[in-house]
Amino acid sequence: MDYIDILISILGSTIRLSIPLIFTALAGLFSERSGIFDIGLEGKMLASAFAAACVAYLTGNAWAGLLAGIATSVALSLVHGFASITNRGNQIVSGVAINFGAAGLTIVLGQAWFGQGGRTPQLTADGRFGEIRFPFAAELRDSGYLGKFYADVISGHNILTYMAFAAVPISWWILYRTRFGLRLRAVGENPGAVDTAGISVSWLRYRAVICAGILCGFSGTYLAIAQSAAFIKDMSAGKGYIALAALIFAKWKPVPVMFACLLFGFLDAFANFMQGKSVPGIGEVPVQIFQALPYVLTCILLAGFIGVAHPPKAGGVPYTKER
Amino acid sequence: MSTASVSLPNWITYGLMPLLNLTLAFVISGLVVWLIGENPFEAVKLLLIGALGRGEGIGFTLFYATNFIFTGLSVAVAIHAGLFNIGSEGQAYLGGLGAALVALALDNYLPWYATMPFAILGAAAAGAAWAFIPAWLQAKRGSHIVITTIMFNFIGAALMVYLLVNVLIVPGKMAPETRTFLEGGQLPKLDWLMELFGLKLGAAPFNFSFIIALVMCVVVWFLIWRTKFGYEMRTLGISPSAASYAGIPYARTVIITMLISGGLAGMMALNPVMGASARLQVEFVGGAGFVGIAVSLMGRNHPLGIVLAALLFGILYQGGGELSFDMPNITRDMIVVIQGLVILFAGALEFMFRPALVRIYQNFVKA
Repeated sequence: MDYIDILISILGSTIRLSIPLIFTALAGLFSERSGIFDIGLEGKMLASAFAAACVAYLTGNAWAGLLAGIATSVALSLVHGFASITNRGNQIVSGVAINFGAAGLTIVLGQAWFGQGGRTPQLTADGRFGEIRFPFAAELRDSGYLGKFYADVISGHNILTYMAFAAVPISWWILYRTRFGLRLRAVGENPGAVDTAGISVSWLRYRAVICAGILCGFSGTYLAIAQSAAFIKDMSAGKGYIALAALIFAKWKPVPVMFACLLFGFLDAFANFMQGKSVPGIGEVPVQIFQALPYVLTCILLAGFIGVAHPPKAGGVPYTKER
Repeated sequence: MSTASVSLPNWITYGLMPLLNLTLAFVISGLVVWLIGENPFEAVKLLLIGALGRGEGIGFTLFYATNFIFTGLSVAVAIHAGLFNIGSEGQAYLGGLGAALVALALDNYLPWYATMPFAILGAAAAGAAWAFIPAWLQAKRGSHIVITTIMFNFIGAALMVYLLVNVLIVPGKMAPETRTFLEGGQLPKLDWLMELFGLKLGAAPFNFSFIIALVMCVVVWFLIWRTKFGYEMRTLGISPSAASYAGIPYARTVIITMLISGGLAGMMALNPVMGASARLQVEFVGGAGFVGIAVSLMGRNHPLGIVLAALLFGILYQGGGELSFDMPNITRDMIVVIQGLVILFAGALEFMFRPALVRIYQNFVKA
């Protein structure tokens, strides 16, 4: 019975750790399906976390923080768009630039404004997204495993968590059931055809990177003012890259993206749980194995050993209208 | 009319355009400095004095530049074959393992000049090994090298932390690092070189790796423009289909190119590991692999340009560090901001001014 309690607690933290991955991987999904590689997910997440924490601290309002996070992330998306769509620059280089810029600027500005070594001041409850308790959660907790599951895994998260799970079907619907989504997918496969049909490739791709910016804004906000109560330097800690790995692991499809993020979140939660514990017969399992596992799995997938992943055909290639 | 096909004279493409891009990056960096309430002109002055004012500053600048020459060459070699290696960071990290194992094994028995060739080989072999799997995946299984090299940066970081914490650590010590190498496992400082110019090196770790880096520049230049393999690489980079028609084997070229690229990245580890700290430490690469991307781009993938761009970034690193002492409002992370802006404007937006320049140039030529 102990094991099930442990499992439920690991599942609870799996959900918490997966949320930023889900938002970020969906952001990458929009961008990459339109043919724009986005290595800058990490930087956008970090910058929006900083902006959300600053504004939530100044206004005492979590929603204002969310708006600031989204605005910052969209602004960086537009920089990425300007470089890679308008100027046909190298998308990888632009993404690397955004990651460097965000990593540096958040600390420099944070230190200059608040003087706490790159941290933002601790937020009070008003400036954060608090936990939502579902009805009867407390009563049901003691009524068996199902009740415990309901109370600790399904209930008790903040509103952004539920928004992340809502974002999955919404993204699916936008990409697969709307005209915009059809065109977005088409422009990532064959921009020439979309152009011939009289649709602007640039405007379509700009809208795609803006969608990516909005979703990254959510993930950064979640990190800073839902999961924590302040911005801490480098708090994204490679999550943008894990999300990228999840996106590839999910073969650039929305619903598999969610499962890939949950899997990688579970690995993270399990690693935290295993820290300092030893497995009978094996001894202590190094935590680095769990840290490397998402990347190893993605490489094995890319090698074609777990089905074949087809990236968007026009991904990473700037579109030139005329020669 | 599109301006992409109009050719411009070299002095515009290789001189004026990078200069304009850099200027813009620095103007925006200046705005950031101004935004946090410091004087940008004063900051530039302090930065330049910190980087070039004294012998010790110059020593540090050249020390950082050495790292960037290696990683810049690594990125450039791959780019010539049309491969984007953003795994130099991880390859350099693993290179440190190769260099350290050689140094730990031999420093007791051999003088530095006898250890050095083995250390170079060890570092290059470890870096190349870390590039091999992504290269093989690209060549044989068609997975995208950009994505796999990113993944391998993280796998490499996890592996190195594991090895340093659990295997290479000195028993009884807390810090995850190897023991200090004896003199036979260290590369000597180049104080005599500085003294030729009447400068004192002081505590700066400017060391023999710099000379290795310059030699590698010549080797890379020879490889790319004077050998058959270099020709095949460049053919593949410009047109994979032409390379295929010409009978250039795709898989072999990709794999060998990546091995060379990874080897150059791995050799970067000689500088900090054997030249400066004389031990292997966690995260000693510190982003130099990513800076190599900017260095290679700014240097137009040519060794000479790479040396110049590496010097520029060396100045930024050292000067930026000094700046944070003099202006406490500006943290060391300002360097990262400037790097980001330089990468953005000199890299991703490198052709931003081109259409305007073409128009101005054409008017000028017509007149």
